[in-house]
Amino acid sequence: MRPFEYTAATDPADAVRLVAANDGTRFLAGGTNLIDLMKLEVETPRAVVDINRLARREPALEQVAELPDGGLRIGALVRNSDLAWNPVVQARYPVLSEALLAGASGQLRNMATTGGNLLQRTRCYYFRDTAMPCNKREPGTGCPSIAGHNRINAVLGTSPECIATSPGDMPVAMVALGATVHVRGPEGERAIPLADFYLVPGLHPERETVLRHGELIVAVELPALPFAARSHYRKVRDRASYAFALASAAVALDIHEGRIRDARVALGGIATTPWRSFEAERALVGHAVSHTLFRTAAERALAGAVPYAENAFKIELARRTLVRALTIVSEMTAR
Amino acid sequence: MPVTLRINGRPVTLDVEPRVTLLDALREQALLTATKKGCDHGQCGACTIHVDGRRQLACLILAVMLAEREITTLEGLAAGDELHPMQAAFIEHDGFQCGYCTPGQIMSAVALLNEPCGDSDDDVKECMSGNLCRCGAYPGIVAAVQQVRRAGAR
Amino acid sequence: MSDAVFGNRAPVGAPMSRVDGRLKVTGAARYTAEIPIEGVHHAVIVGSTAANARILDIDTSIAEGMPGVVKVLTHRNAPKLPAQVGKPPASRVLTLLQDDVVHYNGQPVAVVVADTLERATDAAHRVTATYDAREPLTDIRHAGRKEYRPESANKEADSASGDAAAALSHAEERISREYTTPIENHNPIEPHATIAVWEGDQLTVYDTTQYVVGVRNTIAKTFGLPADNVRVVSRFIGGGFGTKGSTWSHVPLAVLAARETGKPVKLVLTRRQMFGSTGARAQTEQRVTLGARRDGTLVAIRHESVSYTSRYEDYLEPAAVITRSLYACPNIETTHRLVQLDLGTPTFQRAPGEATGSFALECAMDELAERLGMDPLELRLKNYAERDPESGKPFSSKSLRECYRVAAERFGWARRKATPGAMQDGDIAIGYGMATATYPTNRSKASASVTLTSDGRGGIDAVVQTASQDIGTGTYTVMTQLAADALGLPVERVRMELGDTRLPPSPSSGGSQTAASTGSAVEAVCREACVRMAADGATDPASMAAWLSRQPGRTLTVRAESKAGKGDDDYAKHAFGAVFVEVRVDRALGEIRVPRIVGAYAAGRILNAKTALSQLIGGVVWGVGMALEEKTLVDPRTARYMNANLEEYHVPVNADIGALDLQFIAEDDPHVNPIGVKGIGEIGITGVPAAIAGAVYDATRIRVRELPITLDKLIMGGGSAD
Repeated sequence: MRPFEYTAATDPADAVRLVAANDGTRFLAGGTNLIDLMKLEVETPRAVVDINRLARREPALEQVAELPDGGLRIGALVRNSDLAWNPVVQARYPVLSEALLAGASGQLRNMATTGGNLLQRTRCYYFRDTAMPCNKREPGTGCPSIAGHNRINAVLGTSPECIATSPGDMPVAMVALGATVHVRGPEGERAIPLADFYLVPGLHPERETVLRHGELIVAVELPALPFAARSHYRKVRDRASYAFALASAAVALDIHEGRIRDARVALGGIATTPWRSFEAERALVGHAVSHTLFRTAAERALAGAVPYAENAFKIELARRTLVRALTIVSEMTAR
Repeated sequence: MPVTLRINGRPVTLDVEPRVTLLDALREQALLTATKKGCDHGQCGACTIHVDGRRQLACLILAVMLAEREITTLEGLAAGDELHPMQAAFIEHDGFQCGYCTPGQIMSAVALLNEPCGDSDDDVKECMSGNLCRCGAYPGIVAAVQQVRRAGAR
Repeated sequence: MSDAVFGNRAPVGAPMSRVDGRLKVTGAARYTAEIPIEGVHHAVIVGSTAANARILDIDTSIAEGMPGVVKVLTHRNAPKLPAQVGKPPASRVLTLLQDDVVHYNGQPVAVVVADTLERATDAAHRVTATYDAREPLTDIRHAGRKEYRPESANKEADSASGDAAAALSHAEERISREYTTPIENHNPIEPHATIAVWEGDQLTVYDTTQYVVGVRNTIAKTFGLPADNVRVVSRFIGGGFGTKGSTWSHVPLAVLAARETGKPVKLVLTRRQMFGSTGARAQTEQRVTLGARRDGTLVAIRHESVSYTSRYEDYLEPAAVITRSLYACPNIETTHRLVQLDLGTPTFQRAPGEATGSFALECAMDELAERLGMDPLELRLKNYAERDPESGKPFSSKSLRECYRVAAERFGWARRKATPGAMQDGDIAIGYGMATATYPTNRSKASASVTLTSDGRGGIDAVVQTASQDIGTGTYTVMTQLAADALGLPVERVRMELGDTRLPPSPSSGGSQTAASTGSAVEAVCREACVRMAADGATDPASMAAWLSRQPGRTLTVRAESKAGKGDDDYAKHAFGAVFVEVRVDRALGEIRVPRIVGAYAAGRILNAKTALSQLIGGVVWGVGMALEEKTLVDPRTARYMNANLEEYHVPVNADIGALDLQFIAEDDPHVNPIGVKGIGEIGITGVPAAIAGAVYDATRIRVRELPITLDKLIMGGGSAD
């Protein structure tokens, strides 16, 4: 690791000010991703501002609170395991709890925060190795993954500049649930729908979100979405646990008398961002539950997929994963 | 910069650069070497320690982040000469061979006693999957964890 | 260690808990990097970022100016060392900053020494090199590859008995199939580590090694020192699996760094650095051709293996060697060819040859069985070798039939359906598979000493010493048991010391040979001590204690050497086993789970039922990893190892391992070696990948001949849609 300045902030406003003042300064929360990348020198901040103590001034940052409209506000410093084990989340948003528990390991979930996990960076081999070029890490140097090892990389949302997969599980569930990210910057707070929060690589793979430098994620809000009690996260990976998704599906269905009234579908492990599939949702809504319907929705979800040499299997795998998740949710009795 | 950590109930003052991880501070400076370095990137679990009673990975924490927090390493687990039941169970069930992942396995297993992990062997396997054992001692590890859980230890 | 745990007499064979268990569960066991050394400095290797290249320029100026940095060694300033000529495993061809040639990506091109690990690491990142790199070869499957038969390698390349070509041309049934296995990295959880401490011309090297004597010899030769000036210490080793059997480049580099800086130096490889410079299991491409009568009798076997080596040293992955001895057949032909790639030299990895070769041979046997409409187990029994097909010698013992019978019964093999795909459980297809396991019994010359001391109260304390290693295999424990038994002492009165070249020399902890080699020496030396005392009439503990108390210092030290002698060549010596697996495959998603593995193994006398079972379990877990997960990825343009970490290089996690029902079949072998043991460290992995591949086929009708069997191969291989 390169040397850097370290400041432990206790006041959120101070933290924002310190980071905003300098391009090379970064927020440090759970550390599970940033410190890893600093060791690799993929990230080389000149200074970090430790935000783990901010909840002393602002307890909501570490709390999960029910909102008057039936939604849920999750403080940005809530740890992944606490969120996964939260009884309200387990009862009303099982897809989120399952996604969290499908990610990483018990130790990492005790460290990783809600805000930090939204910003987890790709596992693309080339991004994580500074000996190799990478447009995301060093714009303009090229993407060696496109003609190299790309089994783990994306088939949706790619560009000729970058095909790196968004690696997370939690964000996929949150995207499906229609979450909103609340951020606080030098100019105050703003709310960003999570589906608009992420950027596909396009010509600028180095830009992954709409977050401006110095903006601190303070909370994620989930809408009430009563039918999300009937939801599920299915993750497929190379071993039974502790591995990133090759494909995953987050699904919530509102089924009334065998017909789908509303649906939420997102895919993970196959796209450059946590991938909300409005196409699949449109294909589902208004129709009677059937295997054929699910297969049609899955075809729609992957309609724009572009395979590379090693990852063509992901297109069919993602379809089947989605069909499986839809099937499981459709067979659940409403809770 | 100087930082005072509470390690196994005792204050330990170290002079560390901000970039020094808790893992390296423990091993290279405090000479508490039970906590192992296997991957240094949060991928193997050998450096599992407890921070305020919860299992975490020492390789992905900066030492300076932990002022005022309670750190427990494997050295702090046994009560004098008396092994923690988990340590004894690991010996009894041969839950290791080379022993290098063992401190992390045991710290993970002890933390597990206070986590909402299900009752079955499969639940334990899932909850312990963040600790790689290249010797493949997994069956013994599961047996040890289950024995201690069923005896009601904490 | 209380008597309640295992009694104060632990006869050989008893499931005694590890004598070093307490040290390991309390963290008191100190591994190499944990030895406290006053004033130790940290060395960090800079690895090349190119292969098949020459260094055009290397800039160390920034690194040299950084705080705490005391030295940056490159080929420009490193002293010239004597060329290394030696044979594996003791000596390998090393890359020690001697010239500007870069063979493989990750090859050491500089070593930075600084006062803290952070400063050394940071400075190492600031060393920049430019290369003139030519396109590398990174995969044995490339057009126009140049194969060659290695003249001198670790194994004989070819074998032929009978006339396989003629027999194949007349065979009633014939199958010929190609199987491939990828590069696999050992990935012990403890990284390679070395601490070098010079005191004048005396050198102490703390090293994580499977062979302290080998490290000493290599270092002595490399630095032109008398071997007696070099002491190598390795008390605890965090796993080896073959990668720590050789002295790789980082060890002399640490010694060099210490000499050039005048400081004690600690050098620990990063996980990434363990890919390339410390060996790997070689990628193989194997063609197995079987000819048989319609009744299943094999008339010919041809096994042709191609594997890679580096540009600078021949290492042969002896994949086809297993075929020379496994099944009775009059016409057996095996060949090995090498292809040079721009990678680091591969090396021994748990059951080198047998692990890769049994995958090909046993899969081919399954495919032949299907062709013949035979049960796979029946086909193996039909071709049971009563004598070693290669040498014609009798086996010292062979209980494979019993292994098949016991394991098949416990598994419920009789419930197997003849038609693949016949067992379903909702979304899950269930499949059964089986394979034969085998590993030869090796033995090398070993020595040991025992010092018996009267405690003055009628008791005797024994210290047994040998320069062997315990890499997790239980050496401390089983040697304690062997010595206690031979001396007639309680185990807690026996202290085992090993892992130090100052002790009587022992061979490498590899080839599953430690019990046979070092164990024979330990038993021999203890018996010799008893014989000496018995000559004076001291034959029981009380009279022995009395005898000892009359000796100078109340002590007796005996040293002995043990090696194979006349008549030892009269037998073929192998351990055998049978392994049966059940897989559950998600028909739509391709996820493969292995809920159940049943194995029975006959491996001579078992010294400790508990630690021996752990050895089998470990081997089988490796088999699961090899079958389903493990593969090292190399970028084809740069020869860079792309998944050089424990996240993207998948090894089995706890949740991957189902119920393992493994057991030993009792075997009393008076011929194999003085203590009647066969190796158990490696046989566990053999057969497992083939059994899993067979079970996957049984479940899915998809025959995956290319390891690892990842779900993409099932999805693309026509796995049924949901």
